[in-house]
Amino acid sequence: METLNFEYKATQRLTRRSHVGVVGSGDLEVLIEPSNQSTSHVRVRTSVDGYAQIWKAVLDRFFARFEPAAHVEINDFGATPGTVTLRLEQAAEGVRS
Amino acid sequence: MTSTIHSDNPITKERRDRFLSRQSVIEMRARERARALLDPGSFREVLNPFDRLEFPWLPLQGIVPESDDGVVVARGQFAGKPAVIMAIEGAFQGGGMGEVSATKIAAALALARRDWESSRPILPVLLLETGGVRLQEANLGEAVVAEIHAEIIALRRHTPVIGVITGMIGCFGGMSIAAGLCSYLVVLPQARLELNGPEVIEQEAGIDELNAGDKHLIWSLMGGEQRYETGFVDALVEDDVKALRQAVQALAERGVRSRHRSEMVEEYRRRLATIDPAAPPDGPALRRMWPREVKS
Repeated sequence: METLNFEYKATQRLTRRSHVGVVGSGDLEVLIEPSNQSTSHVRVRTSVDGYAQIWKAVLDRFFARFEPAAHVEINDFGATPGTVTLRLEQAAEGVRS
Repeated sequence: MTSTIHSDNPITKERRDRFLSRQSVIEMRARERARALLDPGSFREVLNPFDRLEFPWLPLQGIVPESDDGVVVARGQFAGKPAVIMAIEGAFQGGGMGEVSATKIAAALALARRDWESSRPILPVLLLETGGVRLQEANLGEAVVAEIHAEIIALRRHTPVIGVITGMIGCFGGMSIAAGLCSYLVVLPQARLELNGPEVIEQEAGIDELNAGDKHLIWSLMGGEQRYETGFVDALVEDDVKALRQAVQALAERGVRSRHRSEMVEEYRRRLATIDPAAPPDGPALRRMWPREVKS
C-alpha cells in the first residue's frame, strides 16, 4: 500500500460533499468535501505501489477543470486510470448538482 | 454483420421481458441495496462515509481501508413502517467482518432493541454478504460477531429479525451463525450458506472431502435453493428488488416466531441421526431425507 499527497490551486468555494465508489477489486472510493483553504488537497491510498506519476497525470487533468477548494480522499484497490477518472467525474457531479 | 434474432415464442418472450424488467440485487453495492429495500426517499444513513469509521490497523498491514469499513447502516421506512437495514459490502475485503464493521451492526441491533423496549417498533433487516471474520483482525472481529449473535437473540423476542443472503459471495463463518439465529432467512438461488467455506474445507480436510473447484457440487450442497428445500431458510426469491421486498414484507407480517430455528435442537439432531457419515448423501438425496418442513 502506498499513500500519496497532491496539492492544487483552488479559486472557488464548495458547499456540498459527495461519496462514490467502493474499495473493491479494480475500483476505488472517492470522498470530496469543502475545504476552507486556498488549495485543494488530495490524499490517495492505493493498494498498488509505484504509480505516483500516473496518479499525478490523472489528477492534473481532473484539476485542470475542477476549481473549487476541496479535500479529496481516494481509497484505491487497483483501479485503472480510466476508472479513476470516471469516479472523480462522478464525485464532482455530486458536489455540483 | 450479425443481427440478434429474438424468438417469437411467447414463453421465451415472457421470460426475456421478465429478465429485462427485473432490478438485480446482486449487481448492486451495499448502499444501493439498502436504499432499494427502503421506501423511496426514506433512506437515512447512520455513520456515513464522512464519519470515517475505518479500521486503523488495516493500513498498518498494507491494506487500503474503506471509509465505512464495509458496512452500511441505514434507517428509514419499509412498507410505511420504521426499519433499520444493516448491509455488508461484499466487494470490500470479501465482506469480511472487522471490529469496526461488526460493531456497527451490533450497535444498530442494540439500538433497535432499545427502541422496542421503549415501545417504538422497528424492523431489523440484515443484508449478509460475507466470508466471515476478517482474518487480519482475528479475535477482535470474532468478539464483536459474538455480540451480534447475542443482540439478534435479544431482539428477536420483540420483532422478527430478517436475514437476507444475496450472493455471489454468500454467508460463511461466524456470520453464518448470525444468519442461523435470525427469525427468518431469505436467500437468492445464487447465495451460499455454510459455516466453513468450500476452500477452507478442501484445505483442512482434503480434496476427497470436498472439491472447492466443483461449483455444481458446492451449490448442490450449500446453495440457496438447496438450503430452502432442506428447511434451513424461509424464502427463496429470484434476483429482483421487487421480489425481495415482497418476501421481506411477507416474513415481517408473520411476526415473532414461536420457536426459532436455533431452538429446535432436538429436531435437527433427529435429522442428523438419519445420515450415515460413511456414505453421506448427495444434494438431491438430502432433499428427500430432509424436507422443507422441519417436523417437531
